[in-house]
Amino acid sequence: MARTLFDKIWDAHRVASLPGGADLIAIDRVFLHERTGAAALRHMAELGRRPIDPARVFAVMDHIVDTRAGRGDGTLMPGGEGFITETRPACRAAGITLFDVNDPRQGIVHVISPEQGIVLPGLTLVAPDSHTCTQGAFGALAWGIGSSEAEHAMVTGTLRLARPRAMRVRFAGTLPAGVTAKDMVLALIAAHGAAGGAGHVVEFAGDAVRALDMEGRMTLCNMATEFSAMTGLIAPDDKAFAYLAGRPYAPDDFAAPYWQGLKSDRGARFDAEITIDAARLAPMVSWGTSPEHSIPVTARVPQGPARAHDYIGLAPGTPLAGTPVDAAFIGSCTNARLADLRRAAAILKGRRIAPRIKKALVVPGSMAVRRAAEAEGLDKIFTAAGFEWRLSGCSLCFYAGGESFAQGSRVISSTNRNFEGRQGPGIRTHIASPETVAASAIAGAIADPRDYLA
Amino acid sequence: MSAFPQPLTSIAAPLLTDNVDTDTIIPSREMKSTARTGLAAGLFAPWRYRDADTRAENPDFVLNQPAYRRAAILVAGRNFGCGSSREHAVWALAEHGIRAIIAESFAPIFRANCIRNFLLPITLDRAAIATLAGKEVTIDLARLTLTSGGVEHRFALEPEAQEMLLHGLDAIDLTLQHAPAITAWLAQDRSLRPWVYELAPRPLPATTEPAR
Repeated sequence: MARTLFDKIWDAHRVASLPGGADLIAIDRVFLHERTGAAALRHMAELGRRPIDPARVFAVMDHIVDTRAGRGDGTLMPGGEGFITETRPACRAAGITLFDVNDPRQGIVHVISPEQGIVLPGLTLVAPDSHTCTQGAFGALAWGIGSSEAEHAMVTGTLRLARPRAMRVRFAGTLPAGVTAKDMVLALIAAHGAAGGAGHVVEFAGDAVRALDMEGRMTLCNMATEFSAMTGLIAPDDKAFAYLAGRPYAPDDFAAPYWQGLKSDRGARFDAEITIDAARLAPMVSWGTSPEHSIPVTARVPQGPARAHDYIGLAPGTPLAGTPVDAAFIGSCTNARLADLRRAAAILKGRRIAPRIKKALVVPGSMAVRRAAEAEGLDKIFTAAGFEWRLSGCSLCFYAGGESFAQGSRVISSTNRNFEGRQGPGIRTHIASPETVAASAIAGAIADPRDYLA
Repeated sequence: MSAFPQPLTSIAAPLLTDNVDTDTIIPSREMKSTARTGLAAGLFAPWRYRDADTRAENPDFVLNQPAYRRAAILVAGRNFGCGSSREHAVWALAEHGIRAIIAESFAPIFRANCIRNFLLPITLDRAAIATLAGKEVTIDLARLTLTSGGVEHRFALEPEAQEMLLHGLDAIDLTLQHAPAITAWLAQDRSLRPWVYELAPRPLPATTEPAR
């Protein structure tokens, strides 16, 4: 019987069927970070439990680390240092590989996992972080869980799970210039709602997905959680195998039949199907307080929940383009890989951000991305344009109580969440592609990146 | 954390907004230690306080209203608990005294976190939820029913989650009963997919650079 890629991975990991209908699913990799992983490590140790196979557990300091030069364990978040100083000995005691604050491999968990070859096609990988779905870009079943489930996965090597349904989202055709993976996923969520993927694992497919580089595929899968899906994934192809081959924890090649079979069979049945014409997409920007409040940059703000209009300060009917912004942020597990920085830099080259922009940050997704960008001179382009060039970390994708934007700022941001207060109390976030962030920073107002393409 | 208080009777505090996210339930700045406790004061901080620093209350927020200060049941909208996976959101709700949430739908990670902490997530349709707002509700987890004003609603819950909540069962202990099956599965899988288990990193720093 024809099976989906999701079916194949799930079936290959079923250790037992549990009474009551759930399955016991083997977990191949667990990745922790200091913010939520620390709670799992602490509780595990308090109960005298240990990982079943610590070699398959990894951890990184990314969420609240300082991103300014010369950093140590100190963090701008009041009281944040404990998360770092407790995670380190807890990892050592449990035998877990840790990418520490100043390790050259450090970076945002979902950026460094593929860089290191820790995620592989066909694996199950979990992390107590909702954006773990990013790693589905490599054809793994990778999803976010809570701290208790992280502990369960570490200790037992499994999770108890009800089988989700399978959805296929097909992006047909070719993306227009200046339109990116970020715009694809925002368009999907805008059309089908922030709960549109509930109960499903989403396989992204179609010509426009095949045409994306691995970094774009990671951006697309990254926001499956904003669609309320369990996760997203993409069948691995030669691009995925070429990216991973020979990386520190990855095999040298992926020629074996096993790898080549990691795709949905012709005729496999999905419980739900969505098709989107990629050729008709435009750069998308959020107007409100949920990713579902996203519209083409050329559109007017629609009628939405009153609370969202009040918070964001934009009335229905207002054109989104031209809305003044006070700050710009390029970073996060959504859009801070090398290709993202290259595209933003191409727009910023030879230009300056507008005088009204009070804060503009580029926070590379990993230290490896930072080094590679510097080798190409991208850092010079960003700093010449007026951006700060930081060390890697999650930074102002969310506000932890330390560094912030000026009170009441309107921020154009390459991140994934425009929730009330996500980037700080009262901060109004507009999420968009790195190109749109760059163009808007130059204009000092929400701008269409297509007007800035060379 | 203990088993679900069966049966549970409480006034149902209405928070009928869609897409209530875990950043709002417990902002990152309120997660001050690696413990699972000490979080109740930060619950809904952006909405509950006029000033998060002084904790000056916003009297308009539902949980600050006299009728709902001790509510153990919350009624909510669509996609409750979306966003960050932080289990601190559930720990904060439970520490405050919330034992059940009745919503049109839940974000999946939040829902799983609820069950692991014996906080009951109930899904009902929007019309039924509207009738419960501000009313006394009795939840019978054994019968999978809730009643309010003489009207009974049935709700669905996985049998395993029902057992775990009723008896306060620890998921890890339950799973460790399958240890022999897990060990056998791992031994077989190791021969099928050796690359999953052979994890000595090769010392090639150049390969840690991003894709060309």
